[in-house]
Amino acid sequence: MKSALTALWVAFLVSIPLWMTNQYVLHILVVTGIFIVAAMSLNLLLGYTGQLSLGHVAFFGIGAYASALVSLGFNVQLAPGVALALDPKPVWCGMLAAVLVSGAFGWFIGKISFRVRGAYFVIVSISFAEVMRLVAVNWVELTQGPMALNNIPPLTLWLPGAGERVFWKKPENYWLILGVAVVSYVLIRRLVRSRAGRAMIALRENEPLATSVGVDVTGYLVLTTVVSAAIAGAAGALYAHYVRIVDPDVFLFIYTVTMVIMVITGGKGTLAGPIVGGLIFGLLPETLRAFAIPPEAQWIVYGALMILVLYFLPAGIVPAVRQRWQRRRTEAAAGADT
Amino acid sequence: MDQLLQHGLNALMLGGTYALLGIGLTLIFGIMRVVNFTHGELYAFGAYMMYALAMLTGANFFVALVAAVVLGVALGAAIEFVLLRKLRGADIDTTMLVMIGAWIALQNAEQLAWTGVAKSIDNPFPAAPLVIGAVSVAWNRVFVLVVALVLIVATYAVINHTRLGRAMRATFQDRDTAALMGIQIGTIHTATFALGSGLAAAAGALLGPVFVAYPTMGDLAAAKAFAVVILGGLGNIAGATVGGFILALVEELGAGYISSGYRDAMGFLLIIVILVFKPTGLFARKERIG
Repeated sequence: MKSALTALWVAFLVSIPLWMTNQYVLHILVVTGIFIVAAMSLNLLLGYTGQLSLGHVAFFGIGAYASALVSLGFNVQLAPGVALALDPKPVWCGMLAAVLVSGAFGWFIGKISFRVRGAYFVIVSISFAEVMRLVAVNWVELTQGPMALNNIPPLTLWLPGAGERVFWKKPENYWLILGVAVVSYVLIRRLVRSRAGRAMIALRENEPLATSVGVDVTGYLVLTTVVSAAIAGAAGALYAHYVRIVDPDVFLFIYTVTMVIMVITGGKGTLAGPIVGGLIFGLLPETLRAFAIPPEAQWIVYGALMILVLYFLPAGIVPAVRQRWQRRRTEAAAGADT
Repeated sequence: MDQLLQHGLNALMLGGTYALLGIGLTLIFGIMRVVNFTHGELYAFGAYMMYALAMLTGANFFVALVAAVVLGVALGAAIEFVLLRKLRGADIDTTMLVMIGAWIALQNAEQLAWTGVAKSIDNPFPAAPLVIGAVSVAWNRVFVLVVALVLIVATYAVINHTRLGRAMRATFQDRDTAALMGIQIGTIHTATFALGSGLAAAAGALLGPVFVAYPTMGDLAAAKAFAVVILGGLGNIAGATVGGFILALVEELGAGYISSGYRDAMGFLLIIVILVFKPTGLFARKERIG
């Protein structure tokens, strides 16, 4: 029953570009999809291990830059006589590089920043993202700085028999991003339902207790950060090749906040939470735009909504809905008994 | 050598306002256990109030300065009363996220109210700098440093020599025992947040006329305040005071001798290095206040 419902959902999502002819709507869905993938990766840290990582956009941005740079090629003088150069590579190499580089950064950041917890961890994570942004602004030789990396090649897919296919059109991009989203979802689901996932939840609920029963807390935190960063990096790479321009603004804190809002509104620590939250906050700006609301007012609404959710739905939408369903079901069962 | 001296002098001028920002933030964290992400917005608010009063209504520069600080105190009290009062006892992540929501709302409200165009504020000081030997400094920077030092000393006096200050210190040490001794924790929290916000607004009102006022000015200020607080240890006022001057010096030297593009990165790098190697800050054996 449940798997049939899931299959129906996926079939519906796959079918959208077939009947939706409005390219603008497809564009919104693609961007929303990219953010949902990023939000899912954040949820792994925020929801399952309980670490409020507010520098998550760093991994997204690193992925975007890594993929763009590998597919464009670069030539940087590290020191007099020491050059770091790369000829342009196919896009799939760039995507792979994005995942690897982001994952490596995740490992490094996890290693150093999980020496501290709570407010300290939050501030380290924000600082890391800001340093990355300033590097992107200032290392002009590599990143073009504020002039941005332009003419990033679009996404491609190599199929056996069909050769390489370049994704110029929106439906193809949509399907690819849907595919990445599904793969990420399955990966995250496997992870959180494994031994590692139970360890994450144990340390979220009670870290001293988890340590005392022999859970390698820091080890699992670093592992989670690596996976989370790698997925965020993939989302960043998709973004780079879809939008085809990357500037240091991809590291802006506001994007981390967008991901955080998506996760907490949908329900942190639930698999469906980031998807529900991502759909709401991916589509809300367009709805607000339809009412001719300026972007500043839109952000004010975001901020206010975030506060309201924390006050009235602290667990998020998905757990609240699930609870209501369960109550109704038990009530119905009780009604049938009498 | 002269260049080094000039950097030192610049750092001294800048450090006072960094210390002000840091003291406000560290007070709020120490007493309320709230990571105040609206701190930078209070700084921007101070600068914009200075602009509104001094440039739009034509009020006297010094009157406008005092009024901007008073308005900052009022806004801080309002934020505490509306948003934080209900969250007392909530976990630190929830309050942090609520403050981030408030930060975004406030910053965009500023953008909506004042547009994205930077506003400059005139100051009544002579344009010719004060020259001491080989180094020179603008008069308005001297004024900023003097006022900042006065405010720092005044904050110390309030915390160490008044009833309110004693109640704040008691709340810091042990909130529950303080409440049992008859201290109104709610009032102390409002007062602390208002005081911290007032200091941030003062820093903004002081630096607004030196630089310009623009909607996202609070972000960098908040980042610097965090760096200062972490240098000194969360909740450590003396640490924040010294931390302000250290950050200013590191930035000046970094901008002067490494690359001016990385000036603002210095604070973040300091944060990361210190938190990773000495998370309690440079001075404290443990978190303390006063």
